[in-house]
Amino acid sequence: MTVEEGVVTDLKFIIKDYRRFYTEAVKGKPLIAVPSFLSRICGTCSVAHLFAALEALEKSQEIKVTEQTKLLRRLSYDGLIIRDHALHLYFFVLPDILGIDSILDIPDDPGNIGYTLLHDSFDIKKAGTEITNVIIGAAIHAPLPTIGGFLKLPDPSLFPQLISKLEAIRPQVLRGIKTFSQWPQSLMRNSDYLCLRNDRQFDFLEGQIINSSGKRVPEEKFHDFLKSVVIPYSQAEGYVFSDSHEDYLVGALARINFNKDLLHPQTKMDCQTYLQTFPSNNIYHNNLAQAIEILQCVDDALDILKTIRINQEGPVRKSFQAGIGVGVVEAPRGILYHKAVVGEKGLIEDYDVIVPTAQNQINIESDLKKYFNENLDKDEQTLRLDAEKIIRAYDPCMSCATNFLKIDWIRK
Amino acid sequence: MDQQKKLVVGWFSFTCSEDSTILFTELLNDHLDEWKKVVEFRYLKALKSKNEIAGLDVAFIEGAVSSDTQAEEVKKIRGHAKYVVAVGACACTGMPSASRNEFVSDEVNQKIAYYLHHFDYSQKVKKLDEVIKVDDQVPGCPMTVSIFLEILTKYLKLFNISPDA
Repeated sequence: MTVEEGVVTDLKFIIKDYRRFYTEAVKGKPLIAVPSFLSRICGTCSVAHLFAALEALEKSQEIKVTEQTKLLRRLSYDGLIIRDHALHLYFFVLPDILGIDSILDIPDDPGNIGYTLLHDSFDIKKAGTEITNVIIGAAIHAPLPTIGGFLKLPDPSLFPQLISKLEAIRPQVLRGIKTFSQWPQSLMRNSDYLCLRNDRQFDFLEGQIINSSGKRVPEEKFHDFLKSVVIPYSQAEGYVFSDSHEDYLVGALARINFNKDLLHPQTKMDCQTYLQTFPSNNIYHNNLAQAIEILQCVDDALDILKTIRINQEGPVRKSFQAGIGVGVVEAPRGILYHKAVVGEKGLIEDYDVIVPTAQNQINIESDLKKYFNENLDKDEQTLRLDAEKIIRAYDPCMSCATNFLKIDWIRK
Repeated sequence: MDQQKKLVVGWFSFTCSEDSTILFTELLNDHLDEWKKVVEFRYLKALKSKNEIAGLDVAFIEGAVSSDTQAEEVKKIRGHAKYVVAVGACACTGMPSASRNEFVSDEVNQKIAYYLHHFDYSQKVKKLDEVIKVDDQVPGCPMTVSIFLEILTKYLKLFNISPDA
């Protein structure tokens, strides 16, 4: 960051994660092997990558999955969101709210609110993980989903215990929502927002991409509306939405801003007060939006578990055909895009992935510029910690890495 | 009363999906209260910003080694740790992070050349024991939980640290 005469004249937000070139590595591989391989792109988003890959490959083969498969995928995705958002909110953000460095510094005192919230998070995370364990075989790199459906269907006798656990965590989730709603931290900036919207229901897996000006883009056209920006100092590409040429934000804040009318009725009722906050341009409200999404997923999962009847069915299979397919899902941290080009023998000819953290990169940089320009009178330690809080609010894929933040100051 | 000695642990991530780190955070759901009594997490960037590398009893290292910079970092960790445990498939075998080692197509290699030359990638991605001595391995993608717990217990015993003390 360069500061000249009290003004930030240059700020570069650099992502240093080394690339693994997985979209090159899948070329020539049989399509059936690809979803499991690409789930290895990200440990915490692995189910999102798995489902985006399945969708892209199924579309390339014109495979239509059954309603049961859709429902079971939706249910397991609820589990992912519950677990992933809780990890971010309680393990990474909660210490900021409590004014401590780490959850490891929370005292072993059941009377301490930090202790209560941390132990809430253990129960919430476990409930999310158990849904994915039962429905797709694991929370990370799940083995059961496959092209066309499931290799093995879940055991319905395990559903009552999932229902009990979800009902038990509901008050804990509400306590979390209240906590995150009371955090007064604020950074307001106007940027565009993008997310999936399915007009029938609050949905992480199906819909069209919408933005602030009301543009609606079908999943398969999404890439056409993005302008890739090479950021020479960063290993991740950035993107702007070509419609407005502005930076944009993806993630829970965009989803709640645009889709709060579609939330589960029970979630809506219990979050009435908090939902008045949205739409919001305060990046810190991404945390509150995630907390509300946990409740949404608890209520949605409860509905599915109480009503679904499992029919024994195998995955839908077809002979291989040449084709192109696009899969877009809402990963916990925003829009995730997979595109597969498949040859007639079922081998991958080309593959593309756009991850949410890359999409948010330019927005993060712009937020940091604004923050620093308005707060240069503060000491460097405060500025560094606040910058970390801003980056953390986005829940970037390198969430674990936000404690790595290094700022090189150039003062002229 | 003397404070009980704790096992001084560091947890490090290199090139990988960080799935074992995520799984580790899941293990904290059931084990944090117990581990806080017997383990000092001296270096754990996933969870804390104040980290130190000096005086580690055991360093758990996840991920493959993609660059000379990373190689220097793991050597530094080795120098500060009595024992080193490779965690997860990328650290133990290099794969799948080492996929680029297998690329033979000129077209593909040209495509990735920008990154390899523009940033400090090494020629090959290496598994951990190609760079430093490794004392134990927790295989799996993500790591196999039962083996991780066995190895942690082994080091607690080795350093005479009892959960019941």
